[in-house]
Amino acid sequence: MLSVPCPWCGPRDETEFRYGGQAHVAYPADPAACSDAEWAGYLFMRDNPKGWFAERWFHSAGCRRWFNAVRHTVTYEFAAVYAPFTQPPGVPS
Amino acid sequence: MADLLAQRRSPLAHLAGELAATGFMRELPYLSSYEVRADPAEPAMARLGAALFAGPLLAAAWPTAGRAVGTGPRYALWCGPGWYLVVDEPGTTLESAMAGLPAVDVSAARTVLELTGPFARDVLAHGCAIDLHPRAFGPGSCAQTHLAKAQVILHQTATATYRVFVRASYADYLARWLLDAAVEYVRRIDE
Repeated sequence: MLSVPCPWCGPRDETEFRYGGQAHVAYPADPAACSDAEWAGYLFMRDNPKGWFAERWFHSAGCRRWFNAVRHTVTYEFAAVYAPFTQPPGVPS
Repeated sequence: MADLLAQRRSPLAHLAGELAATGFMRELPYLSSYEVRADPAEPAMARLGAALFAGPLLAAAWPTAGRAVGTGPRYALWCGPGWYLVVDEPGTTLESAMAGLPAVDVSAARTVLELTGPFARDVLAHGCAIDLHPRAFGPGSCAQTHLAKAQVILHQTATATYRVFVRASYADYLARWLLDAAVEYVRRIDE
């Protein structure tokens, strides 16, 4: 079981959270102008890196806040948690 | 109104005997509770804090993360950033003090189980992943978490005294789970 470091509540079990997928997926500035391929890319296409990955988490059983986290997809290690709409602090390479 | 109050049944009324038989668990039914959602820095929140917790706790103001503050039966529990649960004796109405704030009476949403005594922490630890050791979770601590997969608010009111706030629809399940978890400790009390 992952121990997810909620920035408000501290480390909690993964079962208290919902996973929100990749963070920093920007909404298209003019959705109506998107081609079908561009819109499908926004809706469905996500990075799938082997390594550090910025993703969204929701502490549904605790403080019910969304936050972003940088997690390693191989080691499951969390490098940082930070507020939504902010950039990740110093992502490890 | 008096007739209605006489007819109401608490969510765990049917288990009162079994809870009492353990010697350390009981339901605290009908506690008044209000959810308040506001930035504690707002002037209205300062006024509410002063109105609710006049006296020595005025300086303590609203609780910080993972903490509860209170005097006597009245507590404010930290649920999340800008999210508090104010708990008081059954029948207490706090609407007038909360006028103008985003506060909702949620008294009927939950019931409260109180566990006291040397085995309270052990029983809770059977189904709770957070660290309940006194160095991490002492009197005045509170947390929203899972207890036996049910979402609860845990509040330690005093040394070896825990309150478990559980939604009314989960109360029967959780109380039966706690009764089962308590079996070994009930025997130890008898010995």
